[in-house]
Amino acid sequence: MNAAGTAVLRLDDVHRVHGQAATEVQALRGVSLAVYPGELVAVMGPSGSGKSTLLTIAGGLDSPTSGTVCVEGRDLGGLDRAGRARLRRTSVGYVFQDFNLVPALTAAENAALPLELDGVRARAARGAALAALGELGIEELADRFPDQMSGGQQQRVAIARAVVGERRLVLADEPTGALDSETGEEVLRMLRARCDAGTAAVMVTHEARHAAWADRVVFLRDGVVVDESSPLPPTALLEPSLR
Amino acid sequence: MVCIPGMVASGGHENPGGPMSVRHSLLALLEEGPMYGYQLRAEFERRTGGTWPLNVGQVYSTLARLERDGLVEARGDDGEGHRMYAATPAGTAAVGEWFATPVARSQPARDELAIKLAVAVTVPGVDVGAMIQQQRSATMTALQEYTRLKARAAVDDPAELAWTLVLDSLVFAAESEIRWLDHCETRLRRAEIDRARRTPSSSVEPSSSVEPSSSVEPVETPGGAR
Repeated sequence: MNAAGTAVLRLDDVHRVHGQAATEVQALRGVSLAVYPGELVAVMGPSGSGKSTLLTIAGGLDSPTSGTVCVEGRDLGGLDRAGRARLRRTSVGYVFQDFNLVPALTAAENAALPLELDGVRARAARGAALAALGELGIEELADRFPDQMSGGQQQRVAIARAVVGERRLVLADEPTGALDSETGEEVLRMLRARCDAGTAAVMVTHEARHAAWADRVVFLRDGVVVDESSPLPPTALLEPSLR
Repeated sequence: MVCIPGMVASGGHENPGGPMSVRHSLLALLEEGPMYGYQLRAEFERRTGGTWPLNVGQVYSTLARLERDGLVEARGDDGEGHRMYAATPAGTAAVGEWFATPVARSQPARDELAIKLAVAVTVPGVDVGAMIQQQRSATMTALQEYTRLKARAAVDDPAELAWTLVLDSLVFAAESEIRWLDHCETRLRRAEIDRARRTPSSSVEPSSSVEPSSSVEPVETPGGAR
């Protein structure tokens, strides 16, 4: 998972300036980041450090003032609005702090929604949704409505919705923010398992304990990446039998 | 079982948790039945995931003191030349008392990082921002490692429960250290801004002194009790 492989997400020298002149705020100042298949990257930083801006730009919901953003090798800047919207629907899954499930739809219908919006026929979409729920081990929730599920269950359904179909990039904004410690950890375990199965994910969090599930932790301060932490080589830590 | 770097190194000269916890732990393990020294050591390390390794000499010297104090008694050998020990009624009572008494927090354990930071903010010419960031990265790396060990542990295996609770303790300690570093950084920035306001000639903008510099060594990762 290095320079040789193709990054699912690549940000190159991204700047984002909000406002003008006296009220100008530099939300991002030259951020470069590449996320490869199978990688979970956590972004940490205090409020105002630019982490939410980073996530919205990575997902094509906002555009950089300068610099480039590529998702699966396609430059978002080279796409028109419709093209960007399409790429968002087909390549990117989102997970939010407050789950954002549609209350009138069951778990399976929620998970099928991105595919249906993209024109996939209802039956095929439902099949893919059930497969996603099954892979995450929550098929028994398929016919429940959001108000019949706990927060942790809703967030797991939201992750199913984020990975349904062929989407390989998940962007998660404080996915454990509304969950208790134990449930948050279960959600992280699930996200980790998805990444181990090949998905790439970027997660914004302010909880170090949750960021620690990531392969890399990126620290943002004032719109600049100040440091990254990666695990030590596994040989330094474990008996070979555990590896 | 598993060896975690940083711990063995930091706990070399002193038992983390203090010798009292080893003494009481060994005594408590004898509640399960008579054991000899190697068995006690293995049982202690199985429950704590090898986080605080004991040498067998330490086990036997602890047993000798427990025997002197009337808390354990020798029970002959097991037929293979191992000297067996069992808890006496007084020993069982001591174990009960240990479990019923909270661990004291009266004397703060010496914390190398807190001391280092306290000295750094008062000594001129130290880039405290860089020091904090480097430490945060190092502690985060350790936290990632603990989490990977946790991810590997079988959640439904009761034998793993004791060890994963120890891991959780390390996880929470590392997390709390990171939160404390965040807090220090925020306070230092605020202090810097206040200072800038009092001297009107200088800029109000805090200098971004958080760029990492290689001149500062991170403190060895916390090894549990500190």
